[in-house]
Amino acid sequence: MTVVGTRLPRTEDPRLLRGCGRFGDDFSVPGQLHARIVRSPAAHGLLRELDVTQAKKAPGVAAVVTARDLPRDLVIPVRLAVAGTDLSPFLQPVLARDTVRYVGEPLAVVAGDDPYACEDAAELVGIDIAEQPAVLDAAEGHHRPAAELTRGYGDTDAAFAAAAHVVRIELAIGRHSGVPLEPRCLLAVPGPRRGELSIFGMTKVPVWNRDLLADMLGVDETLIRVHAIDAGGGFGVRGEFYPEDFLIPWLATKTGRPVKWAEDRAEHLVAVNHSRQQYHRVAAAFDAGGRILGLTDDIVQDNGAYCRTHGVAVPELTAAMLPGPYRVPAYRGRVRVVLTNKTPCGTYRAPGRFEGTAAREHLLDVAATRLGIDPIRLRERNLLTRSEMPHQRPISTLGTDVILDTGDYPALLAAAVRQASRLGYRAQATARAAAPGDHRRRGFGLAMFVEKSGLGPQETADVTVSRSGAVHVYSGGTSVGQGIETVLAQIAADALGVDPGAVRVTAGDTAAQPFGAGSWASRSTVVGGSAVHRAATAVRERAIQLAARILEAAGEDLEMAGGAVFVRGDPETRITLAGIARAAAPASRYLGPGEPAGLSARRRFEVSHMTYPYGVHAAVVEVDTGTGRVRVLRYLVAYEVGRAINPMLVEGQLRGGVAQGIGGALLEEFGYDEAGQPQATTFIEYRLPTAAEIPPVDVLLSQDAPAPGNPLGVMGAGEGGVSAAGAAVANAVRDALGLAGGVGQLPLTPARVCALAALARATAGPVTRGPVTGGGA
Amino acid sequence: MKDMHAISVTVNGRAHELVVEARRTLADMLRHDLGYTGTHLGCEHGICGACTVILDDQPVRACLVFGVQADGAEVRTVEGLADGEQLSDLQQAFSDHHALQCGFCTPGFLMLAEAYLAESPGTAGTEEQVRELVAANLCRCTGYQGIIEAIVATARARKKR
Repeated sequence: MTVVGTRLPRTEDPRLLRGCGRFGDDFSVPGQLHARIVRSPAAHGLLRELDVTQAKKAPGVAAVVTARDLPRDLVIPVRLAVAGTDLSPFLQPVLARDTVRYVGEPLAVVAGDDPYACEDAAELVGIDIAEQPAVLDAAEGHHRPAAELTRGYGDTDAAFAAAAHVVRIELAIGRHSGVPLEPRCLLAVPGPRRGELSIFGMTKVPVWNRDLLADMLGVDETLIRVHAIDAGGGFGVRGEFYPEDFLIPWLATKTGRPVKWAEDRAEHLVAVNHSRQQYHRVAAAFDAGGRILGLTDDIVQDNGAYCRTHGVAVPELTAAMLPGPYRVPAYRGRVRVVLTNKTPCGTYRAPGRFEGTAAREHLLDVAATRLGIDPIRLRERNLLTRSEMPHQRPISTLGTDVILDTGDYPALLAAAVRQASRLGYRAQATARAAAPGDHRRRGFGLAMFVEKSGLGPQETADVTVSRSGAVHVYSGGTSVGQGIETVLAQIAADALGVDPGAVRVTAGDTAAQPFGAGSWASRSTVVGGSAVHRAATAVRERAIQLAARILEAAGEDLEMAGGAVFVRGDPETRITLAGIARAAAPASRYLGPGEPAGLSARRRFEVSHMTYPYGVHAAVVEVDTGTGRVRVLRYLVAYEVGRAINPMLVEGQLRGGVAQGIGGALLEEFGYDEAGQPQATTFIEYRLPTAAEIPPVDVLLSQDAPAPGNPLGVMGAGEGGVSAAGAAVANAVRDALGLAGGVGQLPLTPARVCALAALARATAGPVTRGPVTGGGA
Repeated sequence: MKDMHAISVTVNGRAHELVVEARRTLADMLRHDLGYTGTHLGCEHGICGACTVILDDQPVRACLVFGVQADGAEVRTVEGLADGEQLSDLQQAFSDHHALQCGFCTPGFLMLAEAYLAESPGTAGTEEQVRELVAANLCRCTGYQGIIEAIVATARARKKR
């Protein structure tokens, strides 16, 4: 019996479908205070005075705190440090003290008995800010960067000097972010012992957050317990340590009462990490045959007002991953990280890869036009081949060497092109003849990408069998909607020969798993799953050892299946896992001297290198050159995942990722006016894609290249649906409009598309399709 | 002085009497006064639809309705769909078609679809109709395809009954 590889229904589904999930705001305790954050209404200025007199007098208000009430110099440190960068001058204070640097920056907290009354009282806080000019355009060039970093190898100057063709484009990536449907929420409940706190609502990296909170509060970390709860989407933004992650627990310890904070959507859109905003000047040098000789990218990252927990990890990943799946003899990616008076930035699903893949893959399409080569042929000519794997690039990212571990890139590209052809993509892209007065144009776009997954250094798992025979998995990953409970249950079930229904997974409880590293960077199945595999395998071995004593048989004669251990060839001589667990109880006669009681094991999986999945996106779009509207008609993702523990969940990750990617390519943007006022503070202006904008997504799931670095052979699947979406949509729109150059900017909003259409008319004449039409699809 | 009102409301067939402030939303009343936390708040301004409940047979956004407006009304929430441990056909279809990931928007989609299927049992269920329906609410995880498939499948199965 094996359940790994099957489309097992999710164990999370019944509770969520019945309305019995437990999300942040579903927890309440008697006597709790509700907190409301007072936020800066100005983008930049000196904070002259915060007058809390009236707010303190408002009915039901228990506390109003400002930076004056906090320990001085309290800032949030970087979680993902990049060697050689010192970001200490740019870290965000928990509450602004003298200077405000973006609209939405926390200034004060009001806590009271009733959330409605707290909102009223928060309005009574008098805010006096001497406004100063806001820095809003990071690309202007004269701003001193917070950090600069370069990743690369080889002699790019020589490569460009020797080139037959040099192609350059500029591409601006719009500011957007994860925007999960559940806003953030925290409940901090003080316990009876001094310093003791129960926390509901921290996810992603709960152990890291617990340790940091303990340090900031000056208490022992084991006094703080972060509970595992449901989370309404993560996408990189939820669960990082924000100012509120200190303020709410600190208020609970200060007041001695439980404190709850439930963010509203307007807050979320200015407070949670933004992401993606970068300006790329990317160039490639080609020989006469279209082979890449060198690649350079000069990048400006608009990081917003501070460096938060991700530090400069996003720009580093952008530069380190930019060469993608290609043979690039010389490369240099240089990033200037510039601070502006906007919401600070962090990671959003496929950080750095959405941006870098868009720049590189759009450049390749423009280059194909210039060189007169079909864009698919151009890619084929430059892809690393199977014989070149593993391929080490002299680049590091996230503290690891970039070693593309395995794969057959040309084969997956060929399979994707075949599949797109079979599904009629090319026919549909060229179907609409431009009748007089018809403003609609269709186009086809394709992009290839390399992802990264399975970041170490470790994950720990405990597996325990209880007296009933139930198997309990305590993982350091967290449940953010990705289905981790199902996947880890499948892995444990196979290792132990039990039904996955007998496995209960607890993910992200710091008391149950104090050594967890969390769920991010597409690491949970790879690193967390491997830890569970090891722990469950150790439990299996221990169960057989104990069964051998109980059944008075030799261990090598025993087999384990169906929740029991039995003598091979004599299935009646058996003992269930429940029986073995009882026989492992303290004082049992089956325990050897000095052996620990219980049928359980803790195991760690350590890994020093990531594993690199890869894939292809292809899109057919229809562009209305009159209105500027872009409709995505067809979308295909081909993805190598090594081995799919649950193909249904992998496909779900890819499809959901595509929807977010299309959002970032066409709809979603955090705009600011000239004073630095955010223009997207509701779901009316911040346009998440609906079912009207997202077509059915075709998925070609490949399991041809098992990852060599973990016992399951798996690669991560969390981000590959997003990575190349900006690139594929940009390439399809460019094809539809017949542009000679690039689209210049994402998202492709109606106004920008109209401007591009006008440009295409001016340069190419009427009803002329671009030369990017050939190819096998 | 808070402006308080005594009201009675039936939720999933169970009668409740309570006193609510005039400005309290139906969503907050259901969640925090009556304990029906399956109704979720994603935006509190009527766009995302996560708080959709059925108020006297009509799907409404519970963040845009005041609790007092439900005085004397019948409300159906996600907690009323299953029969004990037995999921409804619509809930089961959502699981079968992988129509949920984080599950936060799911109660809103279920109640939206439940009202739609009940309203036009004979004609409901083309993919185009269902896509238009589903475009009323927001999901950030799934890309919507599973949600559409689950509702179409339920409509077809109910027609056969």
